[in-house]
Amino acid sequence: MNFNLTKEQETVRKMVRKFATNEVEPIAAECDREHRFPVETVEKMAKYGIMGIPYPEEYEGAGGDHVSYAIAVEELSRVCGSTGVICSAHTSLCTWPIFAWGNEEQKKKYVPDLASGRKIGAFGLTEPNAGTDAGGQQTVAVDMGDHYVLNGSKVFITNGGYADTFVIIAMTDKTKGTHGGITAFIVEKGFEGFSIGKTEDKLGICASSTTELIMQDCIVPKENVLGKVGEGFKVALSTLDGGRIGIASQALGIAQGAFDVTVEYMKARKQFGKTLSKFQALQFEMAAMKTQIEAARLLIYRAANFKDLHKEYSEASAMAKLFAGETAMHVTTKCVQFHGGYGYTKDYPVERMMRDAKITEIYEGTSEVQKIVIAGKIFGKK
Amino acid sequence: MAYKIIVCAKQVPDTNEIKTNPETGTLIRDGVPSILNNDDANALEEALKLKDAYPGTTITVITMGPPQATEMLQECLAMGADDAILLSDRALGGSDTWATSNAIAAGIEKVGEYDIIFAGRQAIDGDTAQVGPQIAEKLGIPQVSYVKEFEIDGKEVTVKRALEDGYEVIKLQTPCLLTAIKELNTPRYMYIKGIYKAMKHDIKVWNAADIGVDLTTVGLKASPTNVFKSFTPKPKGAGQKVAGDTDKELAINLLVGLKEKNII
Repeated sequence: MNFNLTKEQETVRKMVRKFATNEVEPIAAECDREHRFPVETVEKMAKYGIMGIPYPEEYEGAGGDHVSYAIAVEELSRVCGSTGVICSAHTSLCTWPIFAWGNEEQKKKYVPDLASGRKIGAFGLTEPNAGTDAGGQQTVAVDMGDHYVLNGSKVFITNGGYADTFVIIAMTDKTKGTHGGITAFIVEKGFEGFSIGKTEDKLGICASSTTELIMQDCIVPKENVLGKVGEGFKVALSTLDGGRIGIASQALGIAQGAFDVTVEYMKARKQFGKTLSKFQALQFEMAAMKTQIEAARLLIYRAANFKDLHKEYSEASAMAKLFAGETAMHVTTKCVQFHGGYGYTKDYPVERMMRDAKITEIYEGTSEVQKIVIAGKIFGKK
Repeated sequence: MAYKIIVCAKQVPDTNEIKTNPETGTLIRDGVPSILNNDDANALEEALKLKDAYPGTTITVITMGPPQATEMLQECLAMGADDAILLSDRALGGSDTWATSNAIAAGIEKVGEYDIIFAGRQAIDGDTAQVGPQIAEKLGIPQVSYVKEFEIDGKEVTVKRALEDGYEVIKLQTPCLLTAIKELNTPRYMYIKGIYKAMKHDIKVWNAADIGVDLTTVGLKASPTNVFKSFTPKPKGAGQKVAGDTDKELAINLLVGLKEKNII
């Protein structure tokens, strides 16, 4: 048993924290207010290798591991939850399925551009009537011999408006349903019949681009089938298992960021002749929150480590996301409370963090879905 | 044209994090993180810019310090330096600037050929600004300190040297030593890829015998500087703010205040 991070992982934290403090934090409030995707930050993240941490150098990744990746998302999210999810969705939901499920040609064609951050990636599974219920897919892909024609739309797609490469899930054989009837495709922004629809106006993570994707007789070459025809459900579920490590890290970062600014606030804010930090009732709450944050961190690093060791990580990542998401919501809500009226204003970052936290209990599987995954491990599936 | 560059760097305590013990007036160094000295990061950045512009250029970072200084060298490697050397030996411990520059100059001579040596203006722990210039003197090469702009054309270097109220433009030939100030550039971050490479890099550790330095010129005993006394200057009292609604009123209140204190 060893709870120590490696020197590499510690140094990644040091580097990303410095980067986040200098490059991300100063514009976080502005990007949130203006609902602006921080293109300039993403370019810098690409330059330094933050957009492709767990991929090998031969594919232009940084040659790191998933624990380092989790740490990077955590540190970005500590100051800006939007920037954290831009990195997470790109790395876990687009680069990963192509890297893990793609054939050598697909990997050579798409992974270097994504792992280097020259291109941004996104993942399209959710539809207006099918999120967790992937079997209800209404996007259909019809085999036309040398290509497929896709029709349908996807919603709530993170990075949608800025991505160049998409992994899209579609129904290829309705009669076979979830298992065998769904297929994953690699779709490029420029493919005929592909377009970006409505951009969502959200409660939080306002600087991340969440859009609708529209496929209207969209032509996808046969060589862009990701995995085998009919394996799309497996591609999607395995992708989400890893994505949850990223979202859990985002939640952890948001919680830690809110906690840290609240500690400073409590040391400075005086009421009844003493600083808030002197009130034991508040101290106890902070102590409990610190414990909860640390527990979330351990669950996340454990799941990421399982992934690095090629061990089964589906349950571990579900537990990490469930706990980290709830921690983020609890901690940020308390942090706004401890800031009092100031915490409710946009002069302090905690209200933004509270708004950003909520989504971590919803996307890439709601908390309830995480419980389904975990319960499935306890009692077996159905 | 490709250049051979040496960067002199130092691991220092992060003075932003340092607190003083109010009773003894001494620095509390326990638990204070160590960092790459700020001006040295500018020195390294200028070398890295040169490497970006002239492929084939190599950068060797050299430092003197205890074994834990390898951490700072790893940071330099992760930013893009090609090689790193740590001069570490009990015989070198306690060296003042004169003795330190003897050791580093000897280390640089062992490295061999170089075109430019970049050093930081000064280290934030000692603020002497002496080691860089002393190294140049010992190596017998031209030097410019307080460099805020740098250009190179073949073997001809043109720099702007910052003065209190302006700058001077100086041309010199390589090999030369330049000391960097923060106005020179903005240091880059470590590359993530670089971090993994740096941790695998075999950092050379040289002792006094390896660099063949005369042992009577290094270490505490050989150092001509002796610390006579360390003290914390008494803090000045709180200032007084002059109030007034208009400029004229402000000026009047200031004059009255100065007169009341018999200053004018």
